[in-house]
Amino acid sequence: MTIDPAVLGAMSARMVEDTPQAKALGMRLVSSAPGDAVMAVAWRADLVGDPATGVLAGGVITTLLDHVCGLAVGGAGAWGQPVATLDLRIDYMRPAEPGREIIARAQCYKVTRSIGFVRATAFEIDEADPVATAQGAFVLAGANPAR
Amino acid sequence: MSQTESRRLAAILESMPYIRFLGMSVDLAGDEMTAILPFKPALVGNILLPALHGGVLGAFMEMTALIQLGVREPARRQPRTIDVTIEYLRPGRALTTYARADVRKVGRRIANVHVEAWQETRASPVAALRGHFMLSADEAS
Repeated sequence: MTIDPAVLGAMSARMVEDTPQAKALGMRLVSSAPGDAVMAVAWRADLVGDPATGVLAGGVITTLLDHVCGLAVGGAGAWGQPVATLDLRIDYMRPAEPGREIIARAQCYKVTRSIGFVRATAFEIDEADPVATAQGAFVLAGANPAR
Repeated sequence: MSQTESRRLAAILESMPYIRFLGMSVDLAGDEMTAILPFKPALVGNILLPALHGGVLGAFMEMTALIQLGVREPARRQPRTIDVTIEYLRPGRALTTYARADVRKVGRRIANVHVEAWQETRASPVAALRGHFMLSADEAS
């Protein structure tokens, strides 16, 4: 299924703007293509975990990765279905550089009727030098009547 | 709970801006700690349900693990997260969320911690987290 890029872009932007927690963190959508989404969050003093280092809290990266993964899965399947995180594994390679914006890219590499499988990376500039990586599975809403 | 312990914990929380951003607090009863995350609209990830953002639940449980380690290993530097696996069991509703951390192992450098978060019923958790945390001060990561 092919999604009109303009429609996908507009819907992705809404998935960020209409989410209170995404707004509270100051997240912004960088780009979105089917199964591939990029978002960013700027460094802010009130989002720091350890004030001795000025490094952003891991939770900020966790939320950014969760959100960008959901966006990638949403864009990979039949668009319009909301998605819910089933599980998310995050590896923290190194502390984020204080004062720098963090970018996260997610790629949904497989989507079935009910589940999207996704990988993501968080970094400052170079995707090959990640702050954190994530691997997750997302449920396409409506696919699981138990939820 | 000893006064010293309680004051030490308050100092840990006060020193972390992101804890204040989330609005979380902790309740210490002896050596048993419960983390508390009161609901506020800014924590919502899905406005239709509404449901807490999955990242918020993950972050809350990760912070619970870090604070519990700080309480249990006061001599060490603030621990650093190596990895976490977050499982989402139910949507986090517009209610106060609680979490408790179970420190499964504390090694020389690394700790393994399991966390469970619930809302109205402890037996029906909304999410769970398992993670590894670096404890040693001299370890470059």
